[in-house]
Amino acid sequence: MIIELKDINKTYYNGAPLHVLKGIDLGIEKGEMVSIMGASGSGKSTLLNILGILDTYDTGSYTLSGHLIRDLSETKAAELRNRMIGFVFQSFNLITFKNAVENVALPLYYQGMKRKKRNAMAMEYLDMVGLTDWAEHMPNELSGGQKQRVAIARALIAQPQVILADEPTGALDSVTTVEVMELLRKVNNEGMTMIIVTHEPSVAEATDRIIRLKDGIIERIEERKAHV
Amino acid sequence: MFDFDNFREIWSTVKKNKLRTFLTGFSVAWGILMLIILLGAGNGLRNGMMLNFRNYSLNRIEMWPRWSSMPYKGMQQNRRIKFKTDEIDFLVRENPEIDLITGVNYHNFEITYGEEYNSYSVQGVHPTKAVIDNVEIHSGKGRFLNDVDIKEKRKVVVISPQMQETLFRNTDPLGKWVQIGKIPFQVIGVYYVENNNYDVPAYIPFSTSQALYRAGYGVDEVAFTTNGINTQEEYEAFAERLRVQMGQRHWFDPEDRRALGMWSTLEDFIMISKIMWVIRVFVGIIGIVTLAAGIVGVSNIMLITVRERTKEFGIRKAIGATPVSIIKLVVIESIIITLVFGYIGLVMGIGVTEGVNTIMQAANNGQTSNDSMSIFSNPTVGLDIAFFAMSLLVIAGVLAGYFPARKAVKITAIEAMRHE
Repeated sequence: MIIELKDINKTYYNGAPLHVLKGIDLGIEKGEMVSIMGASGSGKSTLLNILGILDTYDTGSYTLSGHLIRDLSETKAAELRNRMIGFVFQSFNLITFKNAVENVALPLYYQGMKRKKRNAMAMEYLDMVGLTDWAEHMPNELSGGQKQRVAIARALIAQPQVILADEPTGALDSVTTVEVMELLRKVNNEGMTMIIVTHEPSVAEATDRIIRLKDGIIERIEERKAHV
Repeated sequence: MFDFDNFREIWSTVKKNKLRTFLTGFSVAWGILMLIILLGAGNGLRNGMMLNFRNYSLNRIEMWPRWSSMPYKGMQQNRRIKFKTDEIDFLVRENPEIDLITGVNYHNFEITYGEEYNSYSVQGVHPTKAVIDNVEIHSGKGRFLNDVDIKEKRKVVVISPQMQETLFRNTDPLGKWVQIGKIPFQVIGVYYVENNNYDVPAYIPFSTSQALYRAGYGVDEVAFTTNGINTQEEYEAFAERLRVQMGQRHWFDPEDRRALGMWSTLEDFIMISKIMWVIRVFVGIIGIVTLAAGIVGVSNIMLITVRERTKEFGIRKAIGATPVSIIKLVVIESIIITLVFGYIGLVMGIGVTEGVNTIMQAANNGQTSNDSMSIFSNPTVGLDIAFFAMSLLVIAGVLAGYFPARKAVKITAIEAMRHE
């Protein structure tokens, strides 16, 4: 199991204490493609932050590919994020003053890879998402679907253990949504574990397993193996 | 820790955010430029004052013997008091306040060179006279009297520009021999005077003057500068002490005001000291205020910059940037910008002040008469001050970048990315 959550609890103390996650137990196998669904306030963003080592949890244990993710220093957390997790966001979150190649290559910069090498690798990944011709373009010269493909290339370039996608199609039209989901599925078929947070049923339908969160607990898990 | 790739990453953010870079840089360059110009103007005012009042910049006292007007210890009144050579040693020995001292003997002679002659005053003085009375000799114009001249009672003379003009018809007088009275003296220097209008003396060694004209020991007057006498009261007490000392040596009543002539520049000295102090405070305040404005400007822009970049920091964090690397990004960027633009401002400021100085000097050299009061002179700033100001702005930029950046990286990446 690549991801193992055991009885994860998280409470926010902004004024009144808010118990956001109330004991989450979840295991995700390597190469799985799962979606997390839930209404806003169900705790899915918090869960994603914890999975992405962007936030800490209070009790329980989170093991990512054999590493216990607990009480990490900021530097160690950053290193694990860099090597183990690729993020894809709803709002793409490309750096506006960098072109497509530079955006894709950025995770490798933080690994200390030399510029020539990382730009060459970035070109390979842009080629994989079909954007070779757009390599030198700035994000504001790209369409939404193109931006998301750049973001996916960026998430993949560090060859992480898992891709975390937060509403990856939330800002896209239906045609582009299908394209992006096909790309994600293609990546998954090459063995990449993928967790997609979404509220769109059509997106969730395209995954192997749907984890439904409600009020901080897992309400139910729907197996959708038949889909593939 | 700091490899070239790091630098390139920072450089690319600097280059791609031209407006931000320009605004930060402009405020730094402008701050330094204004600081140097204002400080330069203040310094110019001060230097102008110093130039005008340099003759009063030392507290100077002249003392000369006169006639006693009261009978004292069996001595008659109307007796001539006379100073001798050992007066000078005595005064220095007994009065620690005395700094530089010179004897002065006053003579009037016809000075002759070839066919030309004129009547001039001639003073026998010590080498310290040059400092006490600001007698300047510019390079190429020879030298002033020195201790060897005194010791060997040399027959050498330092003449005024008028004498050079009249006697030598502006040819080079150095090394030439002139007749002072009947005795030949060799010209060793021409001193500088700002005002050519009034009669100024020729200077000969004090010992020579004594040997030739004062029977080997006479002293017409002593002039000296003092240390540590800064108020009228201190001066009165000091003068009283001198009267008592002289009264004992020369047998006159210390209360006898007519026995000893005394004159001092203390009042002017006190006034000038006050003016200088006011100007210094004024220049200091200008500097501090300008610098503060610059620091506020830089800090403000850095603050806004960091807020604006919160989202970018969030993205970088999600991608695997450590908080330290993000803070480093901001801090090094601000160092580069403040250094580069600070240096530009510094060069421009120095350029402007030196340019104004050159123009002013050129304008002054064009004038035939130099007796107009200049209130402005050499409006330049020391490089040390300029670099100090620049370092302060760099530090301000770094701190103003560091603290908000540290705050920004504490926000979780997801929140930061939602930041618009």
